[in-house]
Amino acid sequence: MKESLLTITIFAPLLFAILVAIVPRGQRKLIEWGSLVFSAVVFGLAITLFLSFDAHKASPFQFNQSFAWLPQLGISFSVGLDGVSLLLFTLTTLLVPLVVLASWTQISKLIKEYYVLLFVLETAMLGTFAVTNLVVFFIFWEMMLIPMFFLIGIWGSEQRIFATIKFVLFTAAGSFMMLAAIIYVYLAHHTQFGVWSASFTDLYRLQLPANVQLYLFLAFALAFAIKVPMFPFHTWLPDAHVQAPTAGSVILAGVLLKMGTYGFIRLAMPLFPQALYVCMPYLIMLAVVAIIYGAFVSYVQSDIKKLVAYSSISHMGYVMLGLLMLNQQGVEGAVLQMVNHGISTGGLFLLVGALYQRYHTREIAAYSGMAHSIPKFATVFVIITLSSVGLPLTNGFVGEFLVLLGAFQRAAALYHVEKCLSFFITPVLAASGMIFSALYMLWLVERVFFGKPAEEAAAHAHGEHGGYDLTVAEMIYFAPIVVFIFWIGVYPMYFLNKAALSVAAFVALFNK
Amino acid sequence: METTLLCYILFFPLLGFFINGLVAFFRHDLETACQRYLGWSEEHFFHRSALFSACIGVGVIVLSFLAGICGFVRLIGMAEGGRVLTQTLFPWIHSGSVRLDFALQFDALSAIMVLVVTGVGSLIHIYSVGYMHGDKGFCRYFAYLNLFIFAMLTLVLGKNLLVLFIGWEGVGLASYLLIGFWFTDAEKARAGKKAFITNRVGDFGFILGALLLFALFGTLDCYGINQAAHAAKLPSLYLNLAALLLFVGACGKSAQIPLYVWLPDAMAGPTPVSALIHAATMVTAGVYMVARMSALYFAAPIAMSVVAIIGAATAIFAATIGLVQTDIKKVLAYSTVSQLGYMFLACGVGAPILAIFHLVTHAFFKACLFLGAGSVIHGMGGEQDITKMGGLKHKMPVTCWTFFIATLAIAGFPPLSGFVSKDEILFYAFASKHGSVALWGVAALAALCTSFYMFRLFYLTFLGENRSDHHVYEHVHESPATMKWVLVALAFLSVVGGIIAVPHTMVPFHMPNYLEHWLGTLMHNAELTEAGEHLSSIFIAISVIVAFLGLGIAHAMYGRKSDLAAKMAAKAGCIYRLVLNKYWIDELYTKYIYTPIYKLSETILFQVFDKKCIDGSVNGSGKVCQKISRIALKMQQGDMQFYLLYMVVGLLVLSAVIFFNVVK
Amino acid sequence: MIPLNFLLIVSLILFMVGTLTVLIRRNILMILMGLELMLNAASLLFITYARVLGNLMGQFFTLFIFVVAAVEVGLIIAIVLNIFGLKKSLLTSNFSLMRR
Repeated sequence: MKESLLTITIFAPLLFAILVAIVPRGQRKLIEWGSLVFSAVVFGLAITLFLSFDAHKASPFQFNQSFAWLPQLGISFSVGLDGVSLLLFTLTTLLVPLVVLASWTQISKLIKEYYVLLFVLETAMLGTFAVTNLVVFFIFWEMMLIPMFFLIGIWGSEQRIFATIKFVLFTAAGSFMMLAAIIYVYLAHHTQFGVWSASFTDLYRLQLPANVQLYLFLAFALAFAIKVPMFPFHTWLPDAHVQAPTAGSVILAGVLLKMGTYGFIRLAMPLFPQALYVCMPYLIMLAVVAIIYGAFVSYVQSDIKKLVAYSSISHMGYVMLGLLMLNQQGVEGAVLQMVNHGISTGGLFLLVGALYQRYHTREIAAYSGMAHSIPKFATVFVIITLSSVGLPLTNGFVGEFLVLLGAFQRAAALYHVEKCLSFFITPVLAASGMIFSALYMLWLVERVFFGKPAEEAAAHAHGEHGGYDLTVAEMIYFAPIVVFIFWIGVYPMYFLNKAALSVAAFVALFNK
Repeated sequence: METTLLCYILFFPLLGFFINGLVAFFRHDLETACQRYLGWSEEHFFHRSALFSACIGVGVIVLSFLAGICGFVRLIGMAEGGRVLTQTLFPWIHSGSVRLDFALQFDALSAIMVLVVTGVGSLIHIYSVGYMHGDKGFCRYFAYLNLFIFAMLTLVLGKNLLVLFIGWEGVGLASYLLIGFWFTDAEKARAGKKAFITNRVGDFGFILGALLLFALFGTLDCYGINQAAHAAKLPSLYLNLAALLLFVGACGKSAQIPLYVWLPDAMAGPTPVSALIHAATMVTAGVYMVARMSALYFAAPIAMSVVAIIGAATAIFAATIGLVQTDIKKVLAYSTVSQLGYMFLACGVGAPILAIFHLVTHAFFKACLFLGAGSVIHGMGGEQDITKMGGLKHKMPVTCWTFFIATLAIAGFPPLSGFVSKDEILFYAFASKHGSVALWGVAALAALCTSFYMFRLFYLTFLGENRSDHHVYEHVHESPATMKWVLVALAFLSVVGGIIAVPHTMVPFHMPNYLEHWLGTLMHNAELTEAGEHLSSIFIAISVIVAFLGLGIAHAMYGRKSDLAAKMAAKAGCIYRLVLNKYWIDELYTKYIYTPIYKLSETILFQVFDKKCIDGSVNGSGKVCQKISRIALKMQQGDMQFYLLYMVVGLLVLSAVIFFNVVK
Repeated sequence: MIPLNFLLIVSLILFMVGTLTVLIRRNILMILMGLELMLNAASLLFITYARVLGNLMGQFFTLFIFVVAAVEVGLIIAIVLNIFGLKKSLLTSNFSLMRR
């Protein structure tokens, strides 16, 4: 039981999907309660894993389990978690019950199919984080697309079809290049070692010539960069976010974007270290540009969801920057920032969804002085906003600070501090994101929640729903978010410790 | 010495914040519950919840003050060299070799700050009970106020720059929330945001400075950095840069040029908030930080002179704007900016102890002035324009007299506290090794302006004839007891506050300079030039003359019935307009920073780059695919026989190829 | 004994005629006949080589082809009848729905 706990956790949602599927269509309450309980069970399983994860064990993966699948070809279904994937794995299972709860009131058509797809998606996401075999990784990676395609395409807003097709085409375009690269790597391993294997740890030992590495790295990096999304591959994100239902946006921001950065840390970077060094300056440049560009563009948005979507680009820029610093502080910061972004931006999307449900508009201009009529809602919004702008003692600060610290450490190590000031440029530009994030987020808060109360204007045409404050269900699903915001902000060591050794191992790969 | 005392200083305000915050958050639910189960009426509930919040809010700060006094007493009991209490609460950010703990430290400097913050804080909390009486957001107000005290205490107790930064941003947050307290007024909400963002610009500098120091010295501990900077063999470029970056942070927090613009707008908040946050405590955080890092600044001469120049420039700049303002709070706001300039001037000429001294006395008299102003506004039913006041002396005597005492103090009349501290700064601006005549001249001129605008304010508000609507005038009343006694207490402190650091040159008999002695192990003032040492009595005389001159001019212009002021305004013409409009700095910022950023983002980045370039190229590749498909489509018209024909032809070609290959 | 080449040529001619019929004729019944001719050409080849190689497998295949062809004709005739009922025509050019 214990050794297959991870496998069970991964496939439990799939089982639940089947269970939900056989419930008769009319049983709305049963489906909803069932989904909530099921997703909570998965979260419970993940918590068990989280607690029993030994942060001091040096071996790269824990909870290892392997089933022979195509033994002749060395492709086995093998799973395992290290500190990095453990955090993301748990984050995923945390977000699902929250979105299920949020969906109770927000989804009213094809309820059964909705929850089935949500659970299939959860299995795909958990699988992607937990597998340790390249081929199986790709299968899960692609498996995520299908439920997401339907989630946006069926339950989205007005332009959902356009958005979902754009999303799938963008992601698929990257994936096919990656598939080619995967096959190459797989074959190369056979030529080099004479055995067929696609397990991560085996593939890390590959020695490839530099120019080959470059092409392969670019193929992997493209797939992941689209997912992150790195500037300039980001334009699918605002459309997908805006058109997706709340659950879609939360999962997209909270988990799917992390797949990109996770892919970098797990595959693209360790597999092709030489190519990484070649591309590093450009990638750093893109990360810094993303931080500032995302902030500037979200500053001028008139749609709340779009604003939050563009802010994601800025935040993920920090994650990429931290990863590329290749030192303990930077990478730990990046890993923590992934979790933070999942919580904070996920929270913001939940809030926007709840706001939309009340007033049926996402236009910022339609709102004013909402703090007057929905004070509790405004309080939660401000708290999550503060985490998003990285105020100390909230989670955002710890991540951003570690990334900046990593940037300084690296700069100080690379260039001799006494010699030139140019090492300053990257961290300075990255840190300026601090100012701009405050600029756009606080302006948003000001426009939506402060000022003259104009509820009539916001509730135009749909006055009957009116402005009710946070419901009990909403408080229940915002509570964990607020708790984690402060928990990570005040005592991040609980989470950093889990990842420390894995990050150290990752960093050591590059300092041989 | 390790102790567990320090966390209590922090804990009480935090507790108050949580309790009041929860009450404010669940106000409606509580109200319904009390109505249903206890049968309280709405009014009943309102009064009781307000009373509860007030008790909690004031109580926790007083407890924190007592804890501070305990710490202070313990410090006194310790040996002179090692007067420091520390407490490491928990590891905060540990990563690789980086070890940053959530650690507190209570040394001589922190002790002063803690006592000022909690002492003045307690008084202002008490005052707030009267001032905010009947406000709908009473609980919320006290929650924010407690949050502010918590953040400010974290700031002054932080052992390393990162913990200091928690407080640094925390006070910014509290100030944001309190400025925009009446958020239904869009102007006030905007002022709050402006404050936060301007502060963020400063924080950006601060965090970069801290990171640079970490890269240089491998530590963020305040003592560690000071020691390392003192002993540093590094090229001074980096020390200067780091010190300057930290100073950018100080500029943001303490409203110095060029980041002062938020403070006058911050007057949108409730008046006690202006007194506590925007006069007595938060805005002095920058001064505290620079004084705390004084060894670093001594090692960074360029940064030192920049601090001095910015300080002096701000002092005179804000003072001139203060000359013509007509909003009672705005005058005091610019006066605060100007006085903060003095403190930085003191730091910049190498006299951090004097900066702290002025910080303390300023906290007393400026809090008294602001609270007096609050009392006036309260009595006048919300009126803030001094041209519509006058003759309030008879209606509110206590406010008038305390205001007068505080005015004398800030204008620098001996022997009040403001005189002692300001005169010393002026003296050092000239006589210190880092000082110069120019700095002294500017500061003295600013002192003249200060004296003038303060008496102008006093004359226009309290003396002369009443200029307000007589309806309003009839209803003017003295404030309630909670407010009155606080004013008296603060006025008393502004009179005697100077006693803590009387310089030996100022009095003929021997009087110990407590402050210098107390802070002696942490920091020291720079040495004086030889010429300066002998001239101290002349400087005292000049200071007194300047103060009286200001009074005289104000009396001439506003004391008697004269239209001198209007005439001068007309004569000065464009200069008057320039000053009245605050040198159009806000407009400049809007035009040259804010608008370009917005336009750049909107047009170039979003519309052109994002939509046209990226989406355009993506959609373009889609379009190309479509075009190619159109061509291919022509071959597939749905006629099966054509498909077969293609097949047969293809088969033949293939067979031919294979056939000829085999034959060959 | 008929020479092998002769049989092969007959089969080829049959196949060519069948193919051309399928390709050129517009009447669906004619196309069907062309198909049958092609099948018969294949059958002839199978039998020829069964004889030449002395292997019965070829004859089996011929039988299979007969069966399949019979079934197929049955199905196709049914479809054709339906289409005729629908379109009142046997010309393939009238059936195409994809043509723009």
